[in-house]
Parts: sequence; structure tokens; C-alpha cells
Amino acid sequence: MTPLRVSIIGAIAAFIMLGVIFELIRRRHLRERYALIWVVTGLALLTLALWRESLNTLAGWAGVKTYPPSIFFAAILFFMLVLVLHFSIVLSRLTDQNVTLAQKLALLETRLREREQADSSGDDD
Amino acid sequence: MAGVIDEIRAFDSAFEIVVIDDGSGDNTSEVARARGVHVVTLPFNLGIGGAMQTGFRFARMNDFDLAVQIDGDGQHDPAELPALLAPLQRDEADLVVGSRFAGQPTFRSSFTRRIGIRLFAFTVSAIAHQRLTDTTSGFRAVNRRGIALFAAEYPQDYPEVEATVMVVKHRLRLKEVPVRMRERAGGRSSITALRSLYYITKVLLALFVYLFRSRKAPLEDE
Repeated sequence: MTPLRVSIIGAIAAFIMLGVIFELIRRRHLRERYALIWVVTGLALLTLALWRESLNTLAGWAGVKTYPPSIFFAAILFFMLVLVLHFSIVLSRLTDQNVTLAQKLALLETRLREREQADSSGDDD
Repeated sequence: MAGVIDEIRAFDSAFEIVVIDDGSGDNTSEVARARGVHVVTLPFNLGIGGAMQTGFRFARMNDFDLAVQIDGDGQHDPAELPALLAPLQRDEADLVVGSRFAGQPTFRSSFTRRIGIRLFAFTVSAIAHQRLTDTTSGFRAVNRRGIALFAAEYPQDYPEVEATVMVVKHRLRLKEVPVRMRERAGGRSSITALRSLYYITKVLLALFVYLFRSRKAPLEDE
């Protein structure tokens, strides 16, 4: 069972995290899809802190016998890996879109400049 | 670069010349514009692949029948243009690559670069089921189908080898012609000895991945 003091500190940390997340959503610093991930994460951490048998129970399900809290570290690590992979995918897509935008912008600029030159030289005649 | 523009003009004044300034930040754009050619100035550096694709998009936007890519550093000789364009005009190929090695060896390069070039030639020849000698050459020409493909999709970092495989995988016809290349007049190769290993690994990996790619570029867009 999680010691009372650890449980209280964990709960406070989770509340602070949820507070920060709500503030970020309120200021529109987080898009909805990320906001949802972080709210769920914050709630999961709060649950783990308040439900003091949680780690033993979860470790029991997963068959961890020696050191139950390791299930917590394993879960966090896996979650972060998935998140980082997701960000790599997002970053790749944004990079591709950025390249396409830069190309189209440059091509339109060229077209505009050449049209304007053609127009102004036409006026001179 | 100004020299190359003048050479192309002297060779055939009917060519539309497009200079892609890949966010160089120097006076490339002004110098080119002063010579009355088309200049596309990218807002920031996109790398060789991104810049090259901009050229093909320009060709597609302006409905060109042929497009030649030629380096601004003077190593590609505009006098070789007839050799490069002939297979396209006879409709024998969709992409023509000017090879340094297919004919007489007039080009010398470092040991690591030769190894890399041989390795790519061997790999791409196997994929393409035809004998290719110089897959890293940046002196190449495409017809409408090639323009459409490259405008839709073009590899990014070290694009030539991958672009060659792309052409084969899209069932476009590929042909190599021997060309004479010169020492570059300005600028340096983007590939130094230190980067060679990274270059070789990256390109081989990209080729391997490309063979298993699910999505093919749409040829008939717009």
C-alpha cells in the first residue's frame, strides 16, 4: 500500500498538473487532441495517487512479483515512447507541408513579379 | 552561375531558364534577375531535393514539354544538351541522365566517392533491370511525364539516386547518355569525404524503404 505521505504528495502533484493543463487549454495553447491526452494522463496520475492499493493491484495483474512500483515506471516509459513517436510523425508531416508551402509561395511570387513587370512595360509602350 | 546562363543562351536562346535560389541569402537572385531569366527565390533553405522539385513545379505550372536540370556551378556543359535531349525528342525515354562514365572517362573524383558511385550504380541497375553507370549525376532531362512525377513527389536530402529509382518504380523509361563533365567553376560538392559514409548509408536505406513504399505519387493530378 502506498504510504499516506507519498499518496498526498502524488495527489498534489497531479492536481497541479491538471491545473496547468486546464490553464493551457483556457489560453488555447493546446489543441483539443493534445488537451485530451494530457487531461486523461493527469486524471490517471491522480487516480494512482488516491487509490493507494493501485500499484500492488496493477502489478499483481501484470505478474510483477518483486517490486510492484516498477509497473508504474514501465507504464510511464511506454507512454512517453508512444508520445515521442507520435510527435515524430506530426513533425514529419509538418515538415512536408512546410516545404510545399514554401515552394508554392516562391512560385506564386515569381509569377506575380513577372506579371507586374509585363504590365508595367506594357504601359510604357 | 551567370556564366552558365550565358552559355545556355549562347547555345540556344529559345530555352526558358529558371534559377532556383534556395534561400542562399546572397545576391544570386539579383544577378540572375538582371540577366532576365525566371528566378524563383525560396523563403528559406529547402535543400537540394526541395529546390529541385520547385524547378519541376515551375515547369508543370508553365506547361513545359521538357525540363533539364543543370547545376549553377559550371560542371555541366550546355554543349552536351543535344545529347541529353535527343532520347526525349525521339520519345525513347522519360528521363535521360547524363553519365560521366558511360562513355570516355573524363571525370576524376576521390576514392570514397567512386566507391559510393559504383555501389549505387550496382544497386540501381539491379532494381531497374538495366545497366546504369552514374546514378548520382545531376545533369538530367525529363519529358512531360517526368515533370509530372517530379512535381508531385521528389526525394529530399540526396535526391538523384532515389529519383532514378522513383522513375523506374513508376514504370517510366530511363536512359543514360555519355556526357563530358567539367571541373566545377564555383562552389564545392555538397558531399565531402567525411559525409560520404552517411550519404551512402542514407541513400541505400532510402532505396530499401522505397521498394516497400505503399503510396505512389499520383501521375495524373490537377
